[in-house]
Amino acid sequence: MSLYVAGLIVLLVGGAAALVAGRRPLANTLGALTAVAGGLLTLVSSAATLAGGAGAQWDLMRPWAMPGGSLHLGMDELSAFFAICISLISVLAAIYGRTYLADQQGRRHLGASWLFYNVLLASMLGVVASRNALLFLVAWELMSLSSFLLVMFDDKQPGVVSAGWTYLVAAHLGTAFLLVLFLLLGSSGSLEFSDLAAGPNLAGVCFVLALIGFGTKAGLVPLHVWLPEAHPAAPSHVSAVMSGVMIKTGIYGLLRILMLLGTPAIWWGYVLIGLGAISGVLGVLFALAQHDLKRLLAYHSVENIGIIVLGLGLGVLGAATNQPAMAVLGFAGGLLHVFNHAIFKSLLFLGAGSVAHAAGTRDLESLGGLLKRMPTTGATFLIGSAAIAGLPPLNGFVSELLIYLGAFGSAAARAGVTVYGAVAVILALGLIGGLALACFAKAFGIVFLGEPRTAAAAGAHESPAAMRWPMVVLAGLCIAIGLGCPLVAEALRPTVYAVAGALGLSVESDSPANEGMALVRRVLPYISLVAGALLVMIGGAGLLRWRLLRGRAVEPGLTWDCGYAAPTPRMQYTASSFADPILKVFRRLIRQQRQVHPPEGLLPAEASLHTHAQDPFTEGGYRPAFLAVMWLSGQVRRLQGGRNQVYVLYIALALLVLLVWKLGL
Amino acid sequence: MEPWLDVIAVLLILANLRLLGTSRLSVCIQTVAAQALLLGAVPLLMHADELSARLIAIAAVYTVIKAIVLPWLLRRAARELGGTREVEPFIGLTLSLLVGMGLFGVSLFLAGPLKRAGQGHSGLLIPVALFTIMVGLLVIISRKKAITQVVGYLVMENGIYVFGVAFAVQEPLLVEMGVLLDVLAAVFVMGLTIYHISREFDHIDTDRLSTLKD
Repeated sequence: MSLYVAGLIVLLVGGAAALVAGRRPLANTLGALTAVAGGLLTLVSSAATLAGGAGAQWDLMRPWAMPGGSLHLGMDELSAFFAICISLISVLAAIYGRTYLADQQGRRHLGASWLFYNVLLASMLGVVASRNALLFLVAWELMSLSSFLLVMFDDKQPGVVSAGWTYLVAAHLGTAFLLVLFLLLGSSGSLEFSDLAAGPNLAGVCFVLALIGFGTKAGLVPLHVWLPEAHPAAPSHVSAVMSGVMIKTGIYGLLRILMLLGTPAIWWGYVLIGLGAISGVLGVLFALAQHDLKRLLAYHSVENIGIIVLGLGLGVLGAATNQPAMAVLGFAGGLLHVFNHAIFKSLLFLGAGSVAHAAGTRDLESLGGLLKRMPTTGATFLIGSAAIAGLPPLNGFVSELLIYLGAFGSAAARAGVTVYGAVAVILALGLIGGLALACFAKAFGIVFLGEPRTAAAAGAHESPAAMRWPMVVLAGLCIAIGLGCPLVAEALRPTVYAVAGALGLSVESDSPANEGMALVRRVLPYISLVAGALLVMIGGAGLLRWRLLRGRAVEPGLTWDCGYAAPTPRMQYTASSFADPILKVFRRLIRQQRQVHPPEGLLPAEASLHTHAQDPFTEGGYRPAFLAVMWLSGQVRRLQGGRNQVYVLYIALALLVLLVWKLGL
Repeated sequence: MEPWLDVIAVLLILANLRLLGTSRLSVCIQTVAAQALLLGAVPLLMHADELSARLIAIAAVYTVIKAIVLPWLLRRAARELGGTREVEPFIGLTLSLLVGMGLFGVSLFLAGPLKRAGQGHSGLLIPVALFTIMVGLLVIISRKKAITQVVGYLVMENGIYVFGVAFAVQEPLLVEMGVLLDVLAAVFVMGLTIYHISREFDHIDTDRLSTLKD
């Protein structure tokens, strides 16, 4: 407990100190150092809570002058799990960020940037530890505002300011729903989490409010529109934190509310599965159509949130129909995917940051051949890509496997209506997995393989060690979780049981819930074994290659070039052309715009293909809605005519109406 | 003394209508002064059988300030500022009168439930109070010149005074003195503002200040 609070204090004090240091290079070091120190403290504290069982949980309550509020912090299995994710990623991203920002030292006000970074960390840790609705909302707002300010760091770049505003508006629309949610839940008068309860027949309304409010932060389709704008605009270490862990606070909030609401209704499970499937499939399709590396990764966050919500939906469905095995597997898969996605998505964003740093662009069509120039970044990016595509022997495979297990178990048991939900999960996961694989084949292949497409890419250089090591650690974690999946599942068990227990399932040692866990215990060692075997084979192949090549000269030469003697890098596959066959199938769905000039005649001179992917939700839904709001505001502005007399008239009319109303006429 | 209160109430109504019907600034100021004079007599009439020196003194101070000092200030301001001596309404005088009659109807309608709460001095006192407040607002809303807005403000204050007299159980005048002090200060501030506005912009038509809205 004291470690956790100390961590929060270190973060806030360190941020303030960095602000005082201002533009001096000291600010960069100080900010990163305190972020690392604070993050390590909270990491140790929350890991101890998760490992120590019920005895290590704590609860700290101090009065607060705010009406209805109290400084009430607490740590249970769920909070500890999310606090571990947050602390781990933030520490690594801070180490990376110090070097990433080093070339701005002295020119930009890095003190402010680190203050916002530290406040973002502290507020995320505060969100997961809050036990009072008001404190929760304050931490939630701080989180939105500090990340908004971080997104605005490069405000001189085109598009960054509008991205920031999109984010701010989306964040506050989401918070508006949360306000209503907590007002409904706190109708008994107390805003302590332990006293929150939905009134009769209001549980469904509360669920929908939580889904919209937290879904906006998590980036569920169709509430995801801020994500592909804000994440590419932020500096890369901030993108890693935002995409890796900040959006997960939405998942945390949703789970927390589900736990408060008790036994769920069946339709909640279907809604979650439906939204998860839509988010997953559309997210990966949009990602496939992107040309900007960080934008592509941002859409993959939408996809992975979809996978997580699929898992949660399966869990809720299991809890509602009293199928503990399915529920436990769903929650375990969803929660493990939260952790896994935090790791590989931040790894990929850090890699994208290194690429952008080295080549000066994030445009896929201008990159290429970077694996030879940036071996560490390339190798770790490859591991991250394989992990996010759900390939064994890495961590993404394990979490998706758990969700598959739950869904197949339910489908095989033919347990009534839930079969449809389970089949939907299987179909969606399958489609998502295939498309994600295609998407990362494209991203990795275009960026790191082949020949450089521009001079900037050709002149790229590997990043400094302080930027490489966090990526290596994260890639190592991807492999370690894949290898040690039985241990990880065991560590996750208290959190899963806490969620399942709060949702009305019995999780005693001899209850059916343990069937799910028993299945996990039976299956995962095999996965671990196969993963180990696969790694040994890969290592063996590498060794063989090294043995065969030893003592021989390796020289670059032309590949077979169709007899064409002067190949250029522009003859390679482009990102658009690579993705085009798949996107052709789904073009109706994602509204991709194409301008095609195919080669014509016997001796074609010119041909071109331009594709442009706009988010149909932004273009078709939000832009018209906001234009309507703007128009309405313009109409309302007529009320402000500038005449004193008219203003007095408004006041007089309002008073007259009030008088008539209060007199009860 | 009930009949006299009714007479004063009717006179107040007539004064209000005259305020709405006139096009001359000086008549407006005169009417406000006359209204104040009538109002000064109201507390004396209400407590006619228990007159004290204190009551008379307060009534005298009230009358002097509302009926002599403030109109004098207004007249001086109107003279020094120059310009036309018309009230320059947004809506025509006839229409103003018609709206005024409508407002009187509304006041009677609103006064119904209020009368039960007030003391039964005169049935007319509460509707007249509401009517006077509304006429003050109407003058503020429908007249262009800043100085007519001050006049409207004073009329409104007269209405509040009548309201207070009708409702207050004890020491009504003490409350009124507080309000009066506010009005005095407000009129001074307004006078100064008007003076400065006219010096800066060469006119005191508030409708021409609408460019300042942003």
